[in-house]
Amino acid sequence: MAVEVTEKLQSIVERYKSGKSSLVGVMQDVSQEYGYLPEEVLQEVSKLIEVPISIFYSLATFYSSFRLEPIGKKHVCVCVGTACHVRGAAKIVETLERDLQLKAGETSKDGDFTLETVNCVGACALGPLVTVNGDYHGKMDQKKITRLVKSIRQETNENQ
Amino acid sequence: MARISIDGKNLEFEQPLTILEAAKKLQIKIPTLCYNEHLVPYGGCRICLVEATTQTAPGRSRLVPACTAPAEDGMVVTTDSQRVQDSRRFIIELLLSRCPESQVIRDMAAEMGVDPDGQNLDVVGQYLLKRAPRREATNCILCGLCVRVCQQIPERYALSLKERGIHRKVTPPFEKVAESCIGCGSCAYVCPTKTITIEEA
Amino acid sequence: MKCKPEDIQSIRDKYASVSAIRSGEGVAENKIDLLVCAGTGCVSNHSLKVKASLTAEIQKHNLQDRIRIVTTGCNGFCANGPIVVVKPDDIFYQLLAPEDIPHLVEEHFLNGRPVEKLMYRPGEDEPPIPKMASIPFFGKQQLIALANRGIVDPESIEEYIALGGYQALAKALTEMSREQVIEEIKASGLRGRGGAGFPTGKKWEFCKNAKVVEEGGSDSDKYIICNADEGDPGAFMDRSIVESDPHALLEGMLIGAYAIGASHGFIYIRAEYPLALERLTQALEQAREYGLLGEQILGTEFSFDITVSKGAGAFVCGEETSLIGSLEGKLPEPRVRPPYPAQSGYMGKPTNINNVETWANVPHIINRGAEWFSSIGTDTSKGTKVFSLVGKVNNTGLVEVPMGITMREIVFDIGGGIPGGKKFKAVQTGGPSGGCIPESLLDTPVDYESLIQAGSIMGSGGMIVMDQDNCMVEVARYFISFTQEESCGKCSPCREGTWHMLNILEDITTGRGREGDIELLEKMGQHIKETALCGLGNTAPNPVLTTIRYFRDEYEAHIRDKRCPAKVCKALITYSIDPVNCTGCTACAKNCPVACISGERKQTHVIDQDRCIKCGMCYSVCNFDAVRIE
Repeated sequence: MAVEVTEKLQSIVERYKSGKSSLVGVMQDVSQEYGYLPEEVLQEVSKLIEVPISIFYSLATFYSSFRLEPIGKKHVCVCVGTACHVRGAAKIVETLERDLQLKAGETSKDGDFTLETVNCVGACALGPLVTVNGDYHGKMDQKKITRLVKSIRQETNENQ
Repeated sequence: MARISIDGKNLEFEQPLTILEAAKKLQIKIPTLCYNEHLVPYGGCRICLVEATTQTAPGRSRLVPACTAPAEDGMVVTTDSQRVQDSRRFIIELLLSRCPESQVIRDMAAEMGVDPDGQNLDVVGQYLLKRAPRREATNCILCGLCVRVCQQIPERYALSLKERGIHRKVTPPFEKVAESCIGCGSCAYVCPTKTITIEEA
Repeated sequence: MKCKPEDIQSIRDKYASVSAIRSGEGVAENKIDLLVCAGTGCVSNHSLKVKASLTAEIQKHNLQDRIRIVTTGCNGFCANGPIVVVKPDDIFYQLLAPEDIPHLVEEHFLNGRPVEKLMYRPGEDEPPIPKMASIPFFGKQQLIALANRGIVDPESIEEYIALGGYQALAKALTEMSREQVIEEIKASGLRGRGGAGFPTGKKWEFCKNAKVVEEGGSDSDKYIICNADEGDPGAFMDRSIVESDPHALLEGMLIGAYAIGASHGFIYIRAEYPLALERLTQALEQAREYGLLGEQILGTEFSFDITVSKGAGAFVCGEETSLIGSLEGKLPEPRVRPPYPAQSGYMGKPTNINNVETWANVPHIINRGAEWFSSIGTDTSKGTKVFSLVGKVNNTGLVEVPMGITMREIVFDIGGGIPGGKKFKAVQTGGPSGGCIPESLLDTPVDYESLIQAGSIMGSGGMIVMDQDNCMVEVARYFISFTQEESCGKCSPCREGTWHMLNILEDITTGRGREGDIELLEKMGQHIKETALCGLGNTAPNPVLTTIRYFRDEYEAHIRDKRCPAKVCKALITYSIDPVNCTGCTACAKNCPVACISGERKQTHVIDQDRCIKCGMCYSVCNFDAVRIE
């Protein structure tokens, strides 16, 4: 299945060819453009920059930040770095898993939510920390989590 | 010319040369799994670890992988000290715990004095061979030879190493038959545990 | 504009007032700078809204000629943000909300009465401390790498120059030879701040002297790299330096590149630091505009530029050979050393990698001299170190202190001790490669060798404080599960071995530990340390080994008595309701996610043990201290 070689894709390829970005950089650019790494897009990029698809596949599955499946509308990340952990991040993860009906690493079937854990965003003084689509929510506890889930559920419902 | 001593035997050599290559010249056998003389050495399986002291730090010996460690002038290497044997035993126990049904690994373990069925083992061996949980059955020891040979010899890049850590698996990209595979069979040929096989399409 | 050294001086003179106001010396005409912290922590606490409110109020009262608002940050005191510092008086305001601003502006700037309610208080009943330098958290620090934090606007190269920036570069390029720069760094005693503590000057020298072996390779085919991956969870030193003073990093790298003879550099920065990346990118553009990066810098023959590369979520990329592999587009698997990167690194060329904090120290050493730097610290560990003091501690944040200060001073004098009246238990240093320091060793001086003797390592600087409510066996399990997840999988000891150690620890924390498991963990840990390929693997067992060393009793309780003394491990605790304290308010029953608490209003409630999932929700909502954990 051929994919449209958009202008954006061309410019991503150009950046690599001119040495301005590495392979990982190419994949990050593709992720930014498409929200994840679609197989067809990777195959096309692989042809355009003449790097074997097996390299892309190894890299895409090695790094935590790449996904081969689309991400949910609300990307909920719990920091499980040490500082957050000693302040109870594990309970935060449990609460979120319960409230969102997802295991960490999963995306809900309706595509609304993705729940993930991340190994430290460097805002340790505000732990336990949760980010939603890049917005930071610090000093979380179980009650605040339940409220947060309520509000992001409301937001996704409103946007439908 | 540089000089190295392995298990008391001396060799004069020209660099670059690895400890494994030097040992071969002296007809000293060091076990290997992820090594193949036609491919860039990997240093991954760790079964070839030997003890080496260098001229600059003669009192301090380190465990180094023979397949990748450069032989240095004045180096003294031991391939059969207690420390080396202990670490070899540990590695083979780990691999046996991972691939209990691999005949190749079982044979290698037996050669090293490790009973594949778990008799006369120390506390670590006991755990690894009797109590440790079993994962999905496989004979793959993740030596990477298949992936590396496909990249370096026919240069077809048909295999990937999917994911990292304990979940790592050898698979063609996206787990579909690779378009670039030419069926040369190199991967099956180099596989030390005969995990990869060739099938008629 | 392609700067010459004289241009640096004239920019500095032009912006002299900035330097005066920020340092509080020689100030003119009643001018005030309001420094609003805009680091990641404060921004996520809406410091930019506070700034907007300040801007509006200053305008409303027509004070904009006298009062300037500047964004800085990070100040390192994130738990107390949003923060605004008033210079030159050094008044420190914290925990600000936009609603506080109208009152603040009116009282402080119109009526000349600083607002006590918004200042820092060491304890609820204690008087406020108005001046930043008098607050123990700040006052006891000695800033070198963080010298400009909270003072300079990180988005302004002019301010950086005004505060003395790029003078060291000018001095190095025009007054010192490459060898002299290296000698100065060697004499200073600076050691790598990323964790390994290798002498920096020596490392530079190796790379400088490395011969490029390939045909056609020229002396200019050398690289320097800044490792800004900062993978240790709980550490945010590098984030802070890059966010608050990105030019310090650039200047350090420029000086290093000159000394080593590198024509190109990389900064490998963690993807999880978007704000730091933004500030860095901006700083690079500004430096290029001023001709401080690019061809013939400051009118000399030296040319150098930097490419930024983002990490993609792999702790192992903090290991230097993995990092290089990642930059080369390969799988970031560590490579066997030798050869070391100084001989054969990026693309097989001599490469020198240093951590952000190491680079940030360099301009200061060149400016003030090796003798000054080596007068700080201990015999073997010179200078200062930045630590992220986090976890169960009152003053959470980033501290830079001279080497040799004791752990006790850091945790109690600067950190303000343990919140909630709880008892100190341990400090974890060195991240997943490190170990814990128990109470008995609190007087350990913080330097490379002393920490190793205590069984830990300096590491990159993360200091996680733990109290009586932390289970040390669970902490060990946590660290091993981290290294397990991050293991690249190349070598069997790390890939398989840490998985087995994790399983054993999971058995122990769920009541399935067996007699002999402690010895098993110790032996297996030793084997893994001996045989693993890289630093991730050969330090992964450390947190387990040190917690066994100092908290063996906790392990034994879990194994023999199936008991968790800290009441953390879910399988070994039960939640129950104390009938004496329970008022029947029904808060617990209402909040229980599995509805396993029964009881009428004003009657004692009861938890159904068979259905209880030990989530702790009841414990956190009860206002009457009626939930017992046993």
